[in-house]
Amino acid sequence: MPSFSLTINGKNVTVTADADTPLLWVLRDELDMVGTKYGCGIGQCGACTVHVDGAATRSCLLQIATLDGKEVTTIEGLSEDGSHPLQQAWKELDVPQCGYCQAGQIMTAASFLKENPTPTDKEIREAMHGNLCRCASYNRIEKAVAAAAGKSN
Amino acid sequence: METQNTPFTFSRRNFLKTSALASGGMLIGFNLFTACKSEVQPPVDIANLNFNDFNAFIKIADNGMVTIFSPNPEIGQGVKTSMPMIIAEELDVPWEHVHVAQGILDNKNYQRQVAGGSQSIRFGWDALRQTGATARQMLVNAAAAKWGVDASTCSASDGIITNANGETLGYGDVVKEAAALEVPEDVTLKDPKDYKIIGTDAVNVDIDKIITGEPLFGLDYKAEGMKYAVVLRPPAFGKKLVSYDDTATRAVNGVVDVVRFGDKVAVLANNTWAAMKGKKALTAEWEVDSDLESTEEHDKILTEILDGNKFDERRNDGNVKAAFAAADKVIERTYESPFLPHNCMEPMNFYADVKADKIHLVGPIQTPSGTARRVAEKLGRSEDEVLLEMTRMGGGFGRRLYGDFVMEAAEISNLAGQPVKVVYTREDDMGAGIYRPAIKYRIAASIKDGKLTGYHLKEAAINRNMYGLIPHFFPAGCIENYRVDTANYQSNITIGAWRAPYTNFLAFAEQSFFDELARELEQDPVQLRIDLLQNVKGTTDENIQYSGDRMEGVIKLAAEKANWGNAPEGVYQGFAAYYSHNTHVAEVAEVEMDSYGKPVVKRVVVAADCGIVVNPTGAKNQIEGGVIDGIGHAMYSDFGFAEGAPTATNFDRYQLIRMNDTPKVETYFVENELSPTGLGEPGLPPAGGAVANAIAAATGQRLTQQPFVKYMGEAEVQEIKG
Repeated sequence: MPSFSLTINGKNVTVTADADTPLLWVLRDELDMVGTKYGCGIGQCGACTVHVDGAATRSCLLQIATLDGKEVTTIEGLSEDGSHPLQQAWKELDVPQCGYCQAGQIMTAASFLKENPTPTDKEIREAMHGNLCRCASYNRIEKAVAAAAGKSN
Repeated sequence: METQNTPFTFSRRNFLKTSALASGGMLIGFNLFTACKSEVQPPVDIANLNFNDFNAFIKIADNGMVTIFSPNPEIGQGVKTSMPMIIAEELDVPWEHVHVAQGILDNKNYQRQVAGGSQSIRFGWDALRQTGATARQMLVNAAAAKWGVDASTCSASDGIITNANGETLGYGDVVKEAAALEVPEDVTLKDPKDYKIIGTDAVNVDIDKIITGEPLFGLDYKAEGMKYAVVLRPPAFGKKLVSYDDTATRAVNGVVDVVRFGDKVAVLANNTWAAMKGKKALTAEWEVDSDLESTEEHDKILTEILDGNKFDERRNDGNVKAAFAAADKVIERTYESPFLPHNCMEPMNFYADVKADKIHLVGPIQTPSGTARRVAEKLGRSEDEVLLEMTRMGGGFGRRLYGDFVMEAAEISNLAGQPVKVVYTREDDMGAGIYRPAIKYRIAASIKDGKLTGYHLKEAAINRNMYGLIPHFFPAGCIENYRVDTANYQSNITIGAWRAPYTNFLAFAEQSFFDELARELEQDPVQLRIDLLQNVKGTTDENIQYSGDRMEGVIKLAAEKANWGNAPEGVYQGFAAYYSHNTHVAEVAEVEMDSYGKPVVKRVVVAADCGIVVNPTGAKNQIEGGVIDGIGHAMYSDFGFAEGAPTATNFDRYQLIRMNDTPKVETYFVENELSPTGLGEPGLPPAGGAVANAIAAATGQRLTQQPFVKYMGEAEVQEIKG
């Protein structure tokens, strides 16, 4: 099996996996980083969202062979200790119900706020539209993104 | 404010037991099911309970810190937070000193725990309070003995016991002595006005793990030597496996084994991706075993049932036939809904390790005990050999009541002789579901001299019909001549409970019908409901468990908070009220027309009466989720069958509601001191009706079929708008 070198959460990692293995399964099964979730496998739900070179990307569709030399950030590496303004806002507003999709929601929001630190409500709703929450905690996700945006100002 | 005292039906001596821990501290065991009402039978002889029979525990450490092992499965409904809050309240410890752990489910030592029917809080209320209060009293008694004073002169608050002289001892200082004391027979429960924890916002106890991505869910569970199993199942209901060829599968890097069990083939691999690829590489031959059903066929059959006369009578008051014969006018409508998959965000999965002496099961399941029993039966093993541990669940919605995926994991592990985790792909999850069945309701009402005189509801469903007391829900008891009839068609498609079973669509049908009825009677829809409810007040009918007063309370509160009838220009309101799972809920949906002439739901105002609200932030979260879930499925979700196969198997062809389609939900609770009831389901049933009624107000179009987007006529909308 081929080997690939990439940076994950600031650490250099070499993984041995079939070239077509999606990053999602490398993270979960090979590297024991299970914060990134499987939801649909076709890029429709957003549960598997990570950052690749800073941009929010669906890891279920991303073959490991395309990531040689790239920088990946997962929910485990978004902050050292859960102190990212989004993580804190999620906690303050008690956003999750089942909690399964929330890592993907937070990763989408983190990338979005980096690009647009002072979004309007409409921009938040559009930016978060790609992430499904089956428990429908959407009202709170929206509020938490707005609250975190306020803090980063 | 209303109050209500719930009598206890159990002896405390039999449900509480304490012991000192070798490691220091005190362990208190209690049995949650002893507080269950008649619906649930205790599984063992209460008089002969031993310590192993307790299903929930509190541990109080020497330093006064408290660990509460929460007994019930957590599916996102919040009981892992709210149930321990109730114990902590009566124990009287600061919430910050409480650590909550998921109780490990062991079929030998633990008893019935189920997440379903929004009943965890309702059933747990008495036992949880009693347990906390008993532990507090024992700690007070121990402190009093240490001081040589009468316990009645001492008090406890925030983990500290104080005597008449002002001396204090912490709970941790007396746990050793307390554990050796007799369990008191009579303890005093707090007056709800003295609550310090109940009624305050407590954030989800797993929040830190959720926001940092720590392992928490079934899919995250790993064990030494575990293989991942992905299963090929029949592609259609009505087909069975003839043969398969696994040559290409076995050539996939990482695939370690392929096993057939019944009509299914499992591919075992060292990682999930290899197992998924291995499954795709399987070729199989299927044969038709029974009917290959289709949605068109179901549609026709359900209509034939409604047009026919073979029904089971479920409730019959007065004489509907005579009322209809004497009517000035009879109105009739038919309402239709499709099958729906549950689509939990975490697809079905389970870990099983079947060994000669032990069966170890780990994963997300709403019915751990019954599932463990069925696994033992299936494998011809003793229930005592099964150890089942529950993980947090990435959603349930009823799907995880069924342990089919646990049975699969156990069978595969048994055949392959390896520990395995069965993982469903989304396609497996949506395609091998246990669906909400398609249903049609036909409702007719008679009007005489401008009054509603009769009401006849017929249900045509697939495989089963409405259950329990549903035929006696609102508006039963409000209308003199009232009848509910049901019938079903036996299909080979598996169906089951889906969040608020039956009422998730029944409430839509009835609440839409009421809106039309009100217009027909030239009455305000809110006032019509209030007027009707006067007839049920004081009923002696034991089947009617909803309260006319409480229903009127939520109706008035929702109407007031939404400023019903005085919506601003361009805002169209729709009303619905329903009782389900012991909770009363009323909702006002507000719709506005967007620039394309399409109605958009902007806001829903909700009033709920669930008695005492244990954890307001969690309670509101349940209502917000239930309402948006209800709107989403009513509006978008379409699912059917062609040649026995599902018409959608992933989110590219199956629409769930997303953020930009989501209205703001405003939730208000009726304040009273009645025993709490659940909130996981009751917010959902009224949502579809409220929205349909608001859309009718905005566009003039009456939506009687779900999903709405399939039937909303743009031409009609624009015509009315112009």
